[in-house]
Amino acid sequence: MKVLTVLDPGTSKISPRTGQGACCAPAAAKSSGDMPVAAPAVYPEMIQAVITGYMEVPGNRVPVVSTSWNRADRMGEIRSRLSNFRMNYAVPPGLYAVGTPGAESDILVSANYKLSFDMLRRELKGRDLWILVIDTAGINVWCAAGEGTFGTEELSQRIVGHGLGGIVTHRRIIVPQLGAPGIDAAEIKRRTGFRVHYGPVRSSDLPAYLEDGYRATPEMRTVTFSSADRLVLTPIELIPALKSYFFVAVIFLILFGLDTTGILFRKAWSEGMPMVAMGLAAVLSGALLTPVLLPVIPFRSFAVKGLITGTAVTALMIHGAGAVGRNDGVLTAMSYIFFPALSSFLALQFTGATTYTSLSGVTKEMKYAIPLYIAAASVSLVLVVIYKLMDWGIL
Amino acid sequence: MIYIKNVVTLEYDKELCTGCGRCTEVCPHGIFEMRDRRAVITDRDRCMECGACSRNCEYGAIQVKAGVGCAQALLQSKISGGDPVCGCGSPGAPAGGACCG
Repeated sequence: MKVLTVLDPGTSKISPRTGQGACCAPAAAKSSGDMPVAAPAVYPEMIQAVITGYMEVPGNRVPVVSTSWNRADRMGEIRSRLSNFRMNYAVPPGLYAVGTPGAESDILVSANYKLSFDMLRRELKGRDLWILVIDTAGINVWCAAGEGTFGTEELSQRIVGHGLGGIVTHRRIIVPQLGAPGIDAAEIKRRTGFRVHYGPVRSSDLPAYLEDGYRATPEMRTVTFSSADRLVLTPIELIPALKSYFFVAVIFLILFGLDTTGILFRKAWSEGMPMVAMGLAAVLSGALLTPVLLPVIPFRSFAVKGLITGTAVTALMIHGAGAVGRNDGVLTAMSYIFFPALSSFLALQFTGATTYTSLSGVTKEMKYAIPLYIAAASVSLVLVVIYKLMDWGIL
Repeated sequence: MIYIKNVVTLEYDKELCTGCGRCTEVCPHGIFEMRDRRAVITDRDRCMECGACSRNCEYGAIQVKAGVGCAQALLQSKISGGDPVCGCGSPGAPAGGACCG
């Protein structure tokens, strides 16, 4: 292989992508399958910022990327954790270089989600390696592997299309372990001649894995789900839940403000606001408290866990904060039915963020949880109607 | 952490195992172990049905109905029909949960 030139990073700009409002819309066009694959003529600005030069390899010009994070990379991580910004945070698929790799250098595979790419390159300080970014529509490795976009077809096409066989003399390709649900290693070998070595789960273990001759300890092969991991994942559930809850809160205010003479502001405020506060507590209970306290809450079912925290939080609001009048039996009953169910529903949604829930398990939970939620909502509605009729002196 | 017991669809046929050890490499919960040059399942309830083991077992010794353990995906599939997928990266997919990050 010839390492010829290190060029200046390009200065051309690319206009930001538009029309990608839907959260799960593909952030990058899928490869057409027409191989060989050429590098893009111009890289997006956020990628330009981490490109330190270019290398010429047979039939391709490969960008060399920095192993440091700049301010935009750090902001990108925060925004990805907080919002749907992440659905449009992609790196152009293709071959990249770290340091000055040669014919014997390892090839690491990454998804084209920018955060996956950033987490990887950050761990490669002082090394000379190739990074093969495959097109996963801007989605992280594990999810994309589950969907099949981080898959055998895409990887083998990239290996062949980028001419890796002519760039390196060895036939090893290091794939993140969490990509394994989408990759048939034997099929990759048959199609490309490259043997898949599954790297560790976390990119932070890559240096140790590489230094130990592609061996990972059992710890490196196992996913964890620490309280910090869980906390980081909560905003993605919590923020949309709070947005949806705003409409529920408005309904509460209208419902409790409703009088025989119209909607009374004073009534909406005095009777509706405590309900709004209880609902807010239930949202926080299901989408924040339950995920963070997951291992210490009894039972394995997420719906039950959410029900327990929801009941505790509701009790605290009623008896501790006096959200419901002492003699208001109907409203107290409604509160103990509706708010724990809301907390339970939101806790169950968190199954999508965990690293250990199975399809069979969630299916089992939903069989009893969904009818329970429908029943809870119906009974709550009946109780509110009874409360209002009593309030108006009809009952 | 262990999820609900006795529900996973994981099936393993020891007779077909050649002892290559791929399953011990790919399982993110370390449920396979090599004993006497054959894989054994140490804790079946830790399986999350990701399907990495069955996809990478060249000899067909492992079968599992792989899928996403995500309530939102299941709910969506019940409403619109089809298999429960988190939909990340699919055009017109539902609003993604935390899994998409």
